[in-house]
Amino acid sequence: MLRGLEFDIAHLFSSSVLILSFGLLYQRRLFGVLQIYALQALAVACAAAWQAYAQAYPQLYVTAAIALVFKAIVIPVAFHHIVLRLHIHREIETVVGVNMTLLFGVALVALSILLVLPMTTTSGNLTRENLALALSVLLLGLLMMISRRNAVSQVIGFLSLENGLILAAIGVKGMPFVVEMSVAFSVLVAFIVFGMFFFRIRERFDTLDVHYLEAFRGERH
Amino acid sequence: MIDLLLVSILASVLALVALALIALLAGPPAGGFVYGASAAASAAVAALATLYLAAGAGTPLALVLPLGLPWLGAHLALDALSAWFLVVVGTVGAAAAVYGVGYGRHTDEPARVLPFFPIFLAAMALVVVAADAFTFLLSWETMSVASWMLVLANHREPGTTRAALVYIVMASLGTAALLLCFGVLAGFDGSYAFADMRADRPEGWLAGLAIALALAGAGSKAGLVPLHAWLPLAHPAAPSHVSALMSGVMTKVAIYGLVRVLFDLVGEVGWGWGAAVMLLGGISALLGVLYALMQHDLKVLLAYHTVENIGIIVAGLGLALSFKAAGLLPLAALALTAALFHVLNHGLFKGLLFLGAGNVHVATHEREMDDLGGLVHRMPATAALFLVGSIAISALPPFNGFASEWLTFQAILNGDRLPMWPLKFLVPVVGGLLALSAALAAACFVKAFGVTFLGRGRSGAAMRAGEVGPAMVWPLAALAGLCLAFGVVPTAAVALLSPVAAALAGAPFPTATDGISAAEWLFLIPLDPGRSSYSGLVVLALVAGVSYAGVLAIHRLASNRLRRAPAWDCGFPDASPRTQYTSSSFAQPIRRIFGSFVFRAREHVEMPEPGDFRPARFEVEIKDLAWAWLYAPVERLIAFASLHLNQLQHMTIRRYLSWMFGALIVLLSVVALVG
Amino acid sequence: MLSFLLQLVQLLLVLLLAPLLTGFVRTLKARLVGRRGPSPAQPYRDLWRLLRKEAVVAENASWVFRSAPSLVFALSWLAAALVPTFALDLPLLRAADLIALVAILGSARFLQALAGMDVGTSFGGIGSSREMMIASLAEPAILLVIFTISLFIHSTMLPHIAGFVLAGEVGIRVSLGLALIALIMVAIAETGRIPVDNPATHLELTMVHEAMVLEYSGRHLALIEAGQMVRLLFFVSLIAAIFAPWGIAEASTAEGVGLVGIGLALYLGKVFAGGLLLALFETGIAKMRVFRVSEFLAGALLLSLLATIFLYVSQSL
Repeated sequence: MLRGLEFDIAHLFSSSVLILSFGLLYQRRLFGVLQIYALQALAVACAAAWQAYAQAYPQLYVTAAIALVFKAIVIPVAFHHIVLRLHIHREIETVVGVNMTLLFGVALVALSILLVLPMTTTSGNLTRENLALALSVLLLGLLMMISRRNAVSQVIGFLSLENGLILAAIGVKGMPFVVEMSVAFSVLVAFIVFGMFFFRIRERFDTLDVHYLEAFRGERH
Repeated sequence: MIDLLLVSILASVLALVALALIALLAGPPAGGFVYGASAAASAAVAALATLYLAAGAGTPLALVLPLGLPWLGAHLALDALSAWFLVVVGTVGAAAAVYGVGYGRHTDEPARVLPFFPIFLAAMALVVVAADAFTFLLSWETMSVASWMLVLANHREPGTTRAALVYIVMASLGTAALLLCFGVLAGFDGSYAFADMRADRPEGWLAGLAIALALAGAGSKAGLVPLHAWLPLAHPAAPSHVSALMSGVMTKVAIYGLVRVLFDLVGEVGWGWGAAVMLLGGISALLGVLYALMQHDLKVLLAYHTVENIGIIVAGLGLALSFKAAGLLPLAALALTAALFHVLNHGLFKGLLFLGAGNVHVATHEREMDDLGGLVHRMPATAALFLVGSIAISALPPFNGFASEWLTFQAILNGDRLPMWPLKFLVPVVGGLLALSAALAAACFVKAFGVTFLGRGRSGAAMRAGEVGPAMVWPLAALAGLCLAFGVVPTAAVALLSPVAAALAGAPFPTATDGISAAEWLFLIPLDPGRSSYSGLVVLALVAGVSYAGVLAIHRLASNRLRRAPAWDCGFPDASPRTQYTSSSFAQPIRRIFGSFVFRAREHVEMPEPGDFRPARFEVEIKDLAWAWLYAPVERLIAFASLHLNQLQHMTIRRYLSWMFGALIVLLSVVALVG
Repeated sequence: MLSFLLQLVQLLLVLLLAPLLTGFVRTLKARLVGRRGPSPAQPYRDLWRLLRKEAVVAENASWVFRSAPSLVFALSWLAAALVPTFALDLPLLRAADLIALVAILGSARFLQALAGMDVGTSFGGIGSSREMMIASLAEPAILLVIFTISLFIHSTMLPHIAGFVLAGEVGIRVSLGLALIALIMVAIAETGRIPVDNPATHLELTMVHEAMVLEYSGRHLALIEAGQMVRLLFFVSLIAAIFAPWGIAEASTAEGVGLVGIGLALYLGKVFAGGLLLALFETGIAKMRVFRVSEFLAGALLLSLLATIFLYVSQSL
């Protein structure tokens, strides 16, 4: 049961990422969501840095730096700015109740653990656990995207999903650096696209509740 | 001497049957005698069974009577499991019968109750000692029909006939499932005696089929979700002493059937079934208490609460099955002991509560809690005893409900020792469900006791009520005393249960001693003294001592002056009793939390404009999901079938004959093909 | 013999310390918002004043109303006395494990809620109903926390748990961290602190506990207030005993007396550190709407469930 400090600290960081995902699901205020997202990115950066140290794989420090600068600082600040500028309604409307979402989230975590642990018996402990946690973060990100009406929180859900991907990537020994760069860039692109998207929705409908978008398409009445 | 025990028990049962005949012949004037003698016979059954268990329950006693089917006879047997359930049947049965002496006079039509009451008791005792499928099913069906007749006793009250109809349909379906279950267990050429079934146990999917059928048959009788919906209709419709028996004892007899099949007759049960049973139990516990919380009729609330307690018991059984499948026999014994201990406990406090509800009904002719209130002033004895039952059923120390729930939780806390992954995850979930339902049970009984007995009377009937006679208070007192006794010294029940656990779980209850406590009966220590221990007596003594000493000290040193004044109520004077919290307003926060999902709760508010003199209206509509999802389709199916089968009644003789001829040909060809 | 003496000291210690903790938190909160605030010893004076006053009881109050305060107080005091604070070897500790402790507090709440409904005013009803709603979510959460701890340490006996943690066999465990957060959330709800309930308010729509005890006065009120203070101390001691047991003396032999002294000093330090954190937290946060409380507690419930899952994962590797 005792595997030393190295495992414990990696466990600590990657679990914090997961718990902050739950924080995202729990939080109803938009700025709160942004803060939690920034914290999650910080936790991802710490996890990456720790893996760089533990695996003696210095490229991961770059990943950590990217996560720290872009995701923990630039994106949240930018979103903050957007929200203020567009006068977006800061109370998040949920599709199902927060309690139900959280409950569903815990079930998803159990599911991903049940999925990953038996499948990866040959890998190292650190990898297995990281994969299980990363899959959970990913699923929770998806859950957040489908359970929120507000476009900003949907984007945050997408970004936290991407945090899960990074978490999975850093756990696997010798993951090519290219993959991570591409992931990071894809996020940037996505960020820009969503930014444009916001402006467009906002111009047209005076709100960022995607509910109205559906009504426009004739899905809802 | 031991054989004598079984014979004496049978003699008591026979005496009950004789009492039914006397009641039939002599009618209501013999009520006092019939109830008194029934109580004596039940008490004798309980005492004999306790004696058998206390002596260590050696070899099972068996007896074959030349009755029933000619090639089978009536097999009867007394083993540790039967004896434990006889204790439950006898104890609660005796209390209910004594209560009947006083209550019988208050029932509307005593002639409709009196003959069936002893028959009902006798049938339940016979189910438990039956040792072949035929005797078992015959007694089971007698039990169902007798209780059905008892439900119909109040047939003039609205809703009773519908309740009885739903009940008899569900009971028949349950019996059919059990019949098929025994068919599977006996095999194609097997014998219907339990001993032969044990010798030739089914395997593979046949065993699974038998388990599923037993769960459907016994589970519907016990009130397991989703087969529970008949229970809150039928149990409250009967006279209160019968409700006490139906909720407190008959559901336990159903649990007996389940335990007999799952632990004894089937033998090897896979862990998947253990998991399924555990989950069913956990869901039943939560849904039962949530629905109970939403009720405003005292007896319906109690009936729904039975579903919760059955859930706790069944979750314990599922846990025991899982441990047994994993080869962790001492833990299986712990879980099984916890479940069976809760069987007795629930019999005791549910009997107590239903009898208490009967007292309230006799005193006020009212079951609607929202028209009651303030009864603690006018019925102090009933109120105090009902309070004991409420604390016990809410699983709070130092009463018995807590002792058995504590044991269940100790078993759950060992769930990590199960090697199967899904079970590792499931056990804490079920633990969470049970913890949630225990906490909600406390809320439910604060509501039940608070709205009914505390506050100010909400109707004239509640204001004019008076205490009932002593014959209707003493049985409650006896049950309350037992609730306290088993809560304070749970080791007594655990000791009585140890032969049962040894026989069914394969290991005795894992009692540990810590070497320090001189008295082993004082501390309940499963597994290991470093792990957990509990002593109800010490808790009770400390609380009583500290509060008494505290009050004495305050009166001596500080002040003992007391002044009566109008209620303060933040300065609002003379509020009407209708401003008090009612049962629905008490449950409103919980309805808000769970409502939309579990109850399909719909709230309609009708608020007139200012200046409009119409009253504002607020309506809440709550649905039991089992009705919507399971019962309503079945109801439609039956209606459809009866509509179409109705046409059969209007056929000509020729067509009747041709149907019969067709049936004969089909049967003959089946015989030809199979033979 | 010494262990019995220690038990007695513990019983008196929790009783005498509880008002001081409450007073300390009140003073600190006042200072934090720039008021001078009362002295930390004010609760003692309040209790003594209430004790000597005449008790005014509503005309239609029954024996439930009159007997509840002493029983509630006794149950809370007993629970607090059963948590190891400065020494492990206390004879009464065997009577109740963690589950029983939770249930003992549950009994206290049950009686308190009934007493709230006894006079038949709508305030009493509102308080009882909300208290039971909060409890019905807090209790399973605390039981799941116990579940996590017991999975890890294989015990629900507090002295055993504290001893295990003292022996240093616990590394950095995320699951224990989650359990700690969940336990703190539950403790806030159970002791009626901000953001779940406001102990200082008499505003009818926001109060839970105060509404329930609105009709009490004199010595009855004193007992209830004391019970509430003891309950706060209980949770602080419980968290300290499980998650920071350092300094609790294990020996009760003659040379252990010195250790007991150190344990006592450390215990006082832990209690006031807890009070300080509580005051800081309460000053920095706003009270929730009553129906948000369910989400807060569901959060605690799910955190503790998550803790269990994490523990399984890290143990299976």
